[in-house]
Amino acid sequence: MATTISPRSPDHGMIPGVAEQCPADVSLEMFRRMCRSRYFDEQAFLASKAGHLKSLIYLSAGQESVAAAISTVMKGSWIFTQHRGHAPYLTFGGNATKLMDELIGLPSGCCGGMGGSPCIHDPDIRMIGHEGLIAEHVPIAVGAALADPGSTVVCFFGDGAVEEDYFFGALGFAATHKLKILFVCEDNDLSVLTPTTDRRSWQIQDVARSVGIRAVDITDDPWLVRHHAKELAGELPAFINCRTCRCYWHVGAGKDGPPEWDRFALVKQKLDELGLGGEAGKLETQMKEEIELLWKSRLQTLSAT
Amino acid sequence: MEKSVADTIRDITREHLEKGNGLLFGQCITAVGWIQHTVPPNAPGLVELPMADVSGPGFAIGAALMGRRPIFVLRFQSFIWLAISPLVNYAAKAKELWGKGVPIFIRAIATEGNGTGPVHSGCYHSLFMHMPGTLVCAPMTPNEYHEVWNAFCRQDGPVLVSEHRRSYLSSAEMPDQVRKDAVVTLFPISATRFSVLDAVPLLEKQGIRCNVVHLLWIKPFELNARVLEPLKQSGCGLVLDSAYEVAGASQSIAYDLMLATGLPVKALGQEDRSPGVAPRLENGTPTPQRIVDAVLGLLRKKS
Repeated sequence: MATTISPRSPDHGMIPGVAEQCPADVSLEMFRRMCRSRYFDEQAFLASKAGHLKSLIYLSAGQESVAAAISTVMKGSWIFTQHRGHAPYLTFGGNATKLMDELIGLPSGCCGGMGGSPCIHDPDIRMIGHEGLIAEHVPIAVGAALADPGSTVVCFFGDGAVEEDYFFGALGFAATHKLKILFVCEDNDLSVLTPTTDRRSWQIQDVARSVGIRAVDITDDPWLVRHHAKELAGELPAFINCRTCRCYWHVGAGKDGPPEWDRFALVKQKLDELGLGGEAGKLETQMKEEIELLWKSRLQTLSAT
Repeated sequence: MEKSVADTIRDITREHLEKGNGLLFGQCITAVGWIQHTVPPNAPGLVELPMADVSGPGFAIGAALMGRRPIFVLRFQSFIWLAISPLVNYAAKAKELWGKGVPIFIRAIATEGNGTGPVHSGCYHSLFMHMPGTLVCAPMTPNEYHEVWNAFCRQDGPVLVSEHRRSYLSSAEMPDQVRKDAVVTLFPISATRFSVLDAVPLLEKQGIRCNVVHLLWIKPFELNARVLEPLKQSGCGLVLDSAYEVAGASQSIAYDLMLATGLPVKALGQEDRSPGVAPRLENGTPTPQRIVDAVLGLLRKKS
């Protein structure tokens, strides 16, 4: 049994005053994107519970702050995600209707019903589909960065993915060729339900540093994530390991118990402290209603037909 | 001087790299011999891969998604067991999943004998045939190589090009041999095409006349008149391959031919055992004598 303890906490790596330094409009936009993803997943959860979704779903809820923050920095990048891709898709401006239709299995879905939740692909936002095997998209993202040196690439994955043998090959290749790629590990500490400490004794940020890639290990506070992403974006390739927690099961609509911390609630609390609570509340209500209406009308149409 | 297969591959590659914005990925490209002189030295777009056999094809797939139509070289086809995952799980499925193909030209080089033994010898194109979304071919002549390259340029999926070192120095074309008095039709694939040319005169000495219908594309395998008519006329067939016979291309194609004609068609490929490095333990492309023996066995059974 490995003995290394992960520094899992909502404050890991926090920089005092980092939220205060962020412009108000950016703070609100990050929160709006978080809400878009959170309320989409809540509706997907309910739809799945009600039996409307027949395929496997991988919900991002709880982890959306990471992609929301990255999306405000890596605009226009090629986006590669793995199976838990709802948050990257929706926070980078993906079409919620196309994702909903994909989960339902309609031809109008972003993969025409072929891929479902884990295979989101949408050229409109430069998001390249994931086929399903863990971390297989990482070498592909690195290859894209090599072949299109005029663009940047952002590649999301989980803490299990970094254990895939070919992940190291990709990391090394990106370092060797100094590719413009930002690796983002959404580290929820779980491979399905097996904690990281049962699986490995090493930390991925140390591995990244060992091949010459700048790396940080931080909590999922969006202001903190954005701060580091901005800093590292000028020094690619770079690596961000974000400690985060998912609300629901690894796959499907269920809960294992309360997450270790509730970033969504913490962000709302911080927005209040920043004097942005009123505007944030309006944004949240607006986004919640918009997403609920989207799902409701589609499911009603389906029921009618 | 006529161009060999190796010359042809090198010329096509140089053109693609210099004028087509292409890339070529491979391990030890610049090692002695530039992969049997098939890679143009000092051309732009050559990407030396680290010894990362599973992630290597992923880099090429990423380049294909960015429109660079990469060539991916497997120096030894036996490495395909490591490289195949992203190629069949991602590249081959992408078109059906997302409507976006992954055009990647996979040069998989088969070799055998000369001490290559259990590690470096072998021919494994049958693996690719199993998965949807793949095209598989085995060009053995310069013109065939041009045909395969042109086919690759016209479509947007992965093409497995099963090369064989025995072809590289050859500049000969291989037209079909069809005769009215043939009693068996041979369908050779890969390096068996060279072995068959030696086996046919041996059979003829025993009074056995053969048709030879060369197979370039093994997936899709087209059941057209060129393939079926000689078989129907001769009454039986033998599909030959440099790869393993069990669950391989030769058995698959023999099955298709039998169903299409109702005639007996056998398969002959590598024996079901691992090759050793000692000459007595090699297990490569069926030899002319094995082909002769297989034909005699087939005809005995037929009569």
